[in-house]
Amino acid sequence: MLEPHRSPLGSLTLIAIVIGAGAAAFAYTAGWFSSERLTPRRLLAALAPPTGPALGHRRNHAKGICFTGVFEANGAGSELSRARVFARGQYPVLGRFNLGTADPNAPDATVRVRGLGISIATPDGQDWRSAMIDPPVFPVSTPQGFYELLLASASKDPIAMKNFVAAHPEFAPFGDWAKNAPWTGSYAEDRYNSLNSFVFVDNSGAEHVVRWSLLPAAQSVPISPDDLAKRGPDFLEQEITERVTGAPQRWSMVVTIANPGDPTADPSKAWPGDRRTVEVGTLVAQKVEAERGGPCRDINFDPTVLPTGIQVSDDPFPAARSAAYTRSYDLRTAEAKDYPRTATDTKP
Amino acid sequence: MIGVDQRFTPLQRLLHWLMAIGILAMLFIGVGMVSTTMPKYLPLVAVHKSLGIAILVLALIRLAVRLRYGAPALPADLPEPMKLAAHLSHYALYALMIGMPLLGWAMLAAAAYPVVVFGGIYLPQILPQSDSLHTWLWDAHFYLAFAFFALVLMHVAAALLHALIRRDGVFETMASLSVPTQDEVVPAE
Repeated sequence: MLEPHRSPLGSLTLIAIVIGAGAAAFAYTAGWFSSERLTPRRLLAALAPPTGPALGHRRNHAKGICFTGVFEANGAGSELSRARVFARGQYPVLGRFNLGTADPNAPDATVRVRGLGISIATPDGQDWRSAMIDPPVFPVSTPQGFYELLLASASKDPIAMKNFVAAHPEFAPFGDWAKNAPWTGSYAEDRYNSLNSFVFVDNSGAEHVVRWSLLPAAQSVPISPDDLAKRGPDFLEQEITERVTGAPQRWSMVVTIANPGDPTADPSKAWPGDRRTVEVGTLVAQKVEAERGGPCRDINFDPTVLPTGIQVSDDPFPAARSAAYTRSYDLRTAEAKDYPRTATDTKP
Repeated sequence: MIGVDQRFTPLQRLLHWLMAIGILAMLFIGVGMVSTTMPKYLPLVAVHKSLGIAILVLALIRLAVRLRYGAPALPADLPEPMKLAAHLSHYALYALMIGMPLLGWAMLAAAAYPVVVFGGIYLPQILPQSDSLHTWLWDAHFYLAFAFFALVLMHVAAALLHALIRRDGVFETMASLSVPTQDEVVPAE
């Protein structure tokens, strides 16, 4: 029973303290008191070009083109993961070829990193989404490092990148690739890598930490960025459209299994070349469609949309990517009027 | 003595307190998860979805129990505006307990995300992908979450007002942990 002589003023003060503490705890949890927290909002702000983001488009890998096709699983992946997608068979794929830029109109030859997003649907109603890129390693070890890379590359300070590289020695292999690796003249000639590690769970419940890559069946023909520029700003989209119209294009999916002690949490570190690999199937691109009214537009290639039998690992990137991609999706769907679905409907 | 002549049934009190914990956790997880890019983002989102569906199920049970057993009458001397506020806030709380999980579920479906709860149960896609529906549902889910939290704070303030200042027994209709004694009237049906 409550003591009878508490003054109403004391009680009101107590109530105010309880409510105020509740509201403050809520605001703290929401990050309103923290200017340091790497929120999805801050990450996207750092991705945006100086003129602001391209409304209605993905906030990164904004330039892209849709394709549909199939994943032909050969059954070999079932040894590593119980996911239905590895059981021998054909599963429909919705995908997107893209360039690693925040500008949907960037000329092809100005963008070093290319990407491939896929969503593979299986008859059990599950979905495996993956967004891969063509460098062999990621530039940085942590999402915070990625944020710092974005700030440095956007900085007007001429030594910002130099300082960044000095503070992030892990950047060197990516920097070397960006500078020296040959370019190709086709999305079909590139290899795409998950870079992030994931955990495959097999039928016995055993876990295997893996990365995967899509290896092109097409012969890679090197081309200089200057020659690519001469072919036109949107050459890659025209080329892949014609190429797939001519014949389906194929990539072999190869899964690499980590040994104990391999740097599974750090996508900037390649695993030693002698690690066991398993070819699990073939991706076949059968039809290419413009993104504007195409089926990939509606899909967030969130790399944490995984079927039973595939899980995230200790790699911190898939979570950060999921948070940022989701925010990007929320924004661009709210801006759909800025990116009309039919070209005739374009804004002035 | 404090004039408690009626309390919520033990089942109603159990549901209330379970859901109080669940809803508070839900609101904090919600604002926390959308403001982080750390690895905890994924488990927070997973818990948010599963807990949301659990709250939806509990809220529907609770609504049925409420319709069956009713609620203790408010004190006769409670001013009319306070009675009105009590009734309206309870309607709003029920609407949010049932509406928020449905908005969240529909929002995910309208974004073409698989809706997976409890570690592997796939819920039906209750809407087709739609930019406009997704935007509307996202806004509703987001802004109503803050309204929900404000309402919870008002609810707590009102409960404490009844407990500490008015001492009219309203707080005890839900707060008392003891089983009803003989002289307490079990809600009539």
